[in-house]
Amino acid sequence: MSHVRLVNVTKRFGSVTAVNALNLEIDKGECFSMLGPSGCGKTTTLRMVAGFEDLSEGEIHVGGRLISSREKNWYLPPEKRDFGMVFQAFAVWPHMTVRENVAFPLRVRGLPAAEIESRAKDALASTNLLSAADESPADLSGGGKQRVALARALAINPDVMLLDEPLSSLDPHLREEMRFEIRDLQRKYGFSIIYVTHDQAEAMALSDRILVMKEGVVQQIDTPLAVYSNPVNRFVFSFIGLSNFLDVVRAGDRLAFPDGGELPLTSPLRDARLSLASRPSEIDFCEPGKGDLNGIVSRRSFLGEIIDCRIKTGGGELRVQKGRRAPAPDVGKSCGLKLLRPFWYAETEATKSG
Amino acid sequence: MEELIQVEAVAKSYGKHQVHRDLSLSIRQGECFTLLGPSGCGKTVLLRLIAGFEAPDAGRISIGGRVVSDPAGGVDVSPDRRGLGMVFQDYAVWPHMTVFDNVAYPLKIAKMSRQELTDRVMETIAMVGMAGLEKRLPSELSGGQQQRVALARALAARPSLLLLDEPLTNLDANLREEMRFEIRELQRKLDTTVLYVTHDQEVALALSDRLAVMDETGRIRQTGSPWEIFERPADPFVFNFMGTANFLPVRREGDDWLVGGGVQKISAPPKIDLSPGSSPASGLLYAVGFRPSDVRIAQPGAEVGLRGIVRRASFLGAMMDYLVEVDGATLRTAIETHEALSGGLMFRDGDSCVVSFLDLHWFDAEKLTGVVEL
Amino acid sequence: MSGISRKRGFGAAQIILFLSIAILVVVVAVPVLLIFFNAFWVNGTFNVRDVLRIIGEPDTWQALVNSLIIAAGTTIGSTIVGTFFAWLVTRTDLPCRRFMKGMFMVPFMLPSFIGALAWKMLLSPRAGFINRFFMVHFGLSGPIFNIYSYAGIMLVEVMYLFPFVFIQVCGALERMDPTLEESARISGAGLFTITRKITIPLVLPSILSGALLIMLYSMAHFGTVAVLGIENGIFNIPTLIYQRIHQSAGSFASIRTGTVLATVLVVTAAFIIWLQGKILSKGHYQIIAGKSFRPMELKLRALRLPLFLFCTVWIGFTILLPTAVIFLVGGLKTYGLAFTWENLSLDNYKFILFRYRVTRDAIWNSVTLGLAAALITMFAGVMISWVIVKMKVRGKGILEFLGMLPFSVPGSVIALGVILAWSGKYGVNLYNTVWIILVAYIARYMAFSLRANSAALEQVHDSLVEAARVSGATMWQALKDIVLPLVRPGMLAAFFLIFLPALRELTVSIMLYAPTTRTIGVAIYTLNEDGETVMSAALAGIALIIIVTGQLLVDRFIGRKNAG
Repeated sequence: MSHVRLVNVTKRFGSVTAVNALNLEIDKGECFSMLGPSGCGKTTTLRMVAGFEDLSEGEIHVGGRLISSREKNWYLPPEKRDFGMVFQAFAVWPHMTVRENVAFPLRVRGLPAAEIESRAKDALASTNLLSAADESPADLSGGGKQRVALARALAINPDVMLLDEPLSSLDPHLREEMRFEIRDLQRKYGFSIIYVTHDQAEAMALSDRILVMKEGVVQQIDTPLAVYSNPVNRFVFSFIGLSNFLDVVRAGDRLAFPDGGELPLTSPLRDARLSLASRPSEIDFCEPGKGDLNGIVSRRSFLGEIIDCRIKTGGGELRVQKGRRAPAPDVGKSCGLKLLRPFWYAETEATKSG
Repeated sequence: MEELIQVEAVAKSYGKHQVHRDLSLSIRQGECFTLLGPSGCGKTVLLRLIAGFEAPDAGRISIGGRVVSDPAGGVDVSPDRRGLGMVFQDYAVWPHMTVFDNVAYPLKIAKMSRQELTDRVMETIAMVGMAGLEKRLPSELSGGQQQRVALARALAARPSLLLLDEPLTNLDANLREEMRFEIRELQRKLDTTVLYVTHDQEVALALSDRLAVMDETGRIRQTGSPWEIFERPADPFVFNFMGTANFLPVRREGDDWLVGGGVQKISAPPKIDLSPGSSPASGLLYAVGFRPSDVRIAQPGAEVGLRGIVRRASFLGAMMDYLVEVDGATLRTAIETHEALSGGLMFRDGDSCVVSFLDLHWFDAEKLTGVVEL
Repeated sequence: MSGISRKRGFGAAQIILFLSIAILVVVVAVPVLLIFFNAFWVNGTFNVRDVLRIIGEPDTWQALVNSLIIAAGTTIGSTIVGTFFAWLVTRTDLPCRRFMKGMFMVPFMLPSFIGALAWKMLLSPRAGFINRFFMVHFGLSGPIFNIYSYAGIMLVEVMYLFPFVFIQVCGALERMDPTLEESARISGAGLFTITRKITIPLVLPSILSGALLIMLYSMAHFGTVAVLGIENGIFNIPTLIYQRIHQSAGSFASIRTGTVLATVLVVTAAFIIWLQGKILSKGHYQIIAGKSFRPMELKLRALRLPLFLFCTVWIGFTILLPTAVIFLVGGLKTYGLAFTWENLSLDNYKFILFRYRVTRDAIWNSVTLGLAAALITMFAGVMISWVIVKMKVRGKGILEFLGMLPFSVPGSVIALGVILAWSGKYGVNLYNTVWIILVAYIARYMAFSLRANSAALEQVHDSLVEAARVSGATMWQALKDIVLPLVRPGMLAAFFLIFLPALRELTVSIMLYAPTTRTIGVAIYTLNEDGETVMSAALAGIALIIIVTGQLLVDRFIGRKNAG
């Protein structure tokens, strides 16, 4: 049974539709990510769930309770929603100690002192902050501050945890570590997570399901592996990792590049104009003429683990990335390319979402 | 090849903080040389010593055979007379001058004739892909365009040496890659010697003919071609600095080399010289280093190798990232998702697996101090 | 990062450094030191007991206590008013917030002694228009409010000083990361709790720093107390210094009293500055960051209209009413006539501008003194700031200290120090000339110039100059082609930061003027003292026009980009 339910949620700022008729169900204990470029409406959605924004249409239910509704003009204020929330800029209060920060949500609920003490301690212990409990959060590192924010959000043991790009202010190494910590905390406390990010690797590593959004419109909702294996459109394909696109036209049964050059490939789509999509890591080199495409190496960079090449083909430039042990031709050499997992998108759709 | 820059036994300190001591380095005519090191290692100080913004406490620096800094000999040529071009991390494009005036400034100072100056400026602006924007003010340009102006200005007088101080740090990833290529192209076209300072190993590998890796104390750990640095690291620091690194503890028991706390043998013999008697027959002695991509992971029984357990499986999109435990020691592997899917290698937390290695670097365990903890 | 100049070109660097130190020593340090010297050395011996005796005299002791009472009251009042208005315009749904915000900053421009003058006309016990209105129409036997009182002085000071707190707190509230408050909200706290537990504590350093600024200002403030207090025998330190020096025409005893009072003032001011530095360094929270959403708004609901009316009335009373009174009285034929068309004319204004010697001189003096002080200080300021910000030389710490000194030295102290230094005792006698006022202005405004120019120079990153050096430019070429063009806006800002306040200056000039060297401020003040109320009001009206026009022009042409 779904825990968080968004029904036809729409948000307009003036003439701009930030979120358009979003329907969504998130299960109890699920980690759900909203992914998209900045300005796609993911943060606005989260802020509507949190109660910081009202709705232009639709309603939001949590745990069977109606918390926001345009039609009924009913909004439960954020302070009554009993959510945990972590913000990108930490938002820990520098005039209180770490312990006071964590105890604040318990204190404003008027809990008995002993319970405040023990629950704050529990939250601090879960985030490895016991030793820093009496320090000022201003003296902690970025990672430390974000732990305080997490502990503060955990303190009331919420059913729903809202995370707004919580890791993007941290350095890459710490980001990875915190990602695992968030996952561990979720297992321990059992809350649902709604996670907003623009980093696809982060979303995939963390989530049970992800939602890809663009200009306020949902593009795809599925498990990370399913989204990766089968992106529904060109936008999703381009947003999930590095990508190549080549324009292709259909001439009867055959496929060709717009300015000539045939392609020995078949497409399941019957459209006249198509986009051929491929990942740089899913292209193999072979002898000229033996692959799906022929090209000339225009750039080749040794980046350590991988070798990054640009190949000029009849339909445009392609990027190919191979492990450093795989053979890769030198600059200026002709080569064949085998597309291991090509995707086809109709061009009409590409122009729509391009 | 002829040497363009000679840095001999240079020392530099600020108050009590000794940044460099006894540092020597030579850069050849026409090469693209990178100083690579973590932030605070003193690589920028070295660049500024060569540019003449700082004077060494001891040692000698010469450019093109001419001594430019020699405190013992009382030589200290000021930056304006060293004949260099330089690009700064924060662009340092003059905000009150147009693109044209910025690029023209070094030529005006050199009193170049008007016609020649205009031709040269326009040529240089075109070279960095900014043709048509010469009347703009820097405030009307993007960060990438400002950096192109800075590059054009540094190249306007066609200096024999171009110094670049982390010029790509403030640009986004795509632009950084594009500029990397352009710098390389310009260097070839104008046959300039380039000294490039960065903390980004990817840029250093992609750009350089040779590079020097510095540690936090300002010591040069290794100098060599990108391939040498990456594939033949001189020590654990260099290996660790150049990318994600695994180190597995290996102990010797008789003639066998055992991994972690268990009894699984590692087959590849150490390439290091083992003088008999110098090392005890047992105890923690060595560490093998390898890249995640050099680990082959397989289903148990499918291949020969070390038996391990997947402790954490992370799907990162194009890559599957596994944390594998082998007898108390952990290592990370990276495998492309499409290979994992087609090869039946999508492990979950707690699954058993077998790992083997494509390449191993043997390090003395003592040398790992300060680099990683086993 | 690192400096540009080193031992190469040592000659020039050393000359600049020496010149900078010399200017600050002569202009700033010597007068201040002479005050201490005169206060503590009697007949060649160090004498503390005599200092204590002077402080213990009833008059001096009372002035000291008055200064403290007035400063404390003004500070508390201004802080409450300033913080409340700042919160109102940044965190609530008050109507016309932008307009209100602009209006609350206007008193910043208005010289408070002109405000005091206006309020004297409105609320003096017998002749004040408001008091008379109530006495005539409601048959009251006495005034409803006597402005010649502690309460009156504090009220007027609060009206014109609260923007110090208002601007600081507004800035802090606007820059504050909204998620700090949002995270409290999601934690379960209501808006009132958030204001109390999160918002106010986070901006507390800004509130305190603004409050101390007001305290500093009020302690050393001359105009309001002089206009409203002297009538009723209320003196504070600056007015007592003025009175003693003025009455005794520079006798030894009065100068001694003056220097002792000045010492007390300097010590208190230094303590306040120290306290402010401490609060700012310790309590300065990093609260600026993050994505910007609109901060949460408190819905005022039923209070919305009453609070709006309150703000409107406040603005009416602090800005409109006093200004109107000044201009109207300035148009009267004789003070005391009713405001009817036949009693009003522009004759006074014409007289003042074109025929009346005293006021024509005063306007001319103020403009020339302002221009000269602004120009000299601007150029000296660039040079000294260059040494402080960019040069890596020994001894620049002294410069930083000397440059900051005038911040803690009140105007009346500078004036007294200048009298001691330039009255012929040390070979140069500038007393009774405009030059002594000029010297005092330079000392007083040097800190403004250093601040503006240092800010501008800090914007000029070293790499900009270094880029010129590697392009082949020598140090001087780089200065000429790169640095000077880039600091020009800062210099311009410094110029106006000095020129505009100098036009309305009173505290320093009142101590130094001679019959022919009155400034606008002095003329307004003395005309008022001599009972020429209408002339005084007319000149004040003209001064207001000049000041407001000047300020608007500066805002228009320099804009906000060079403000910081």
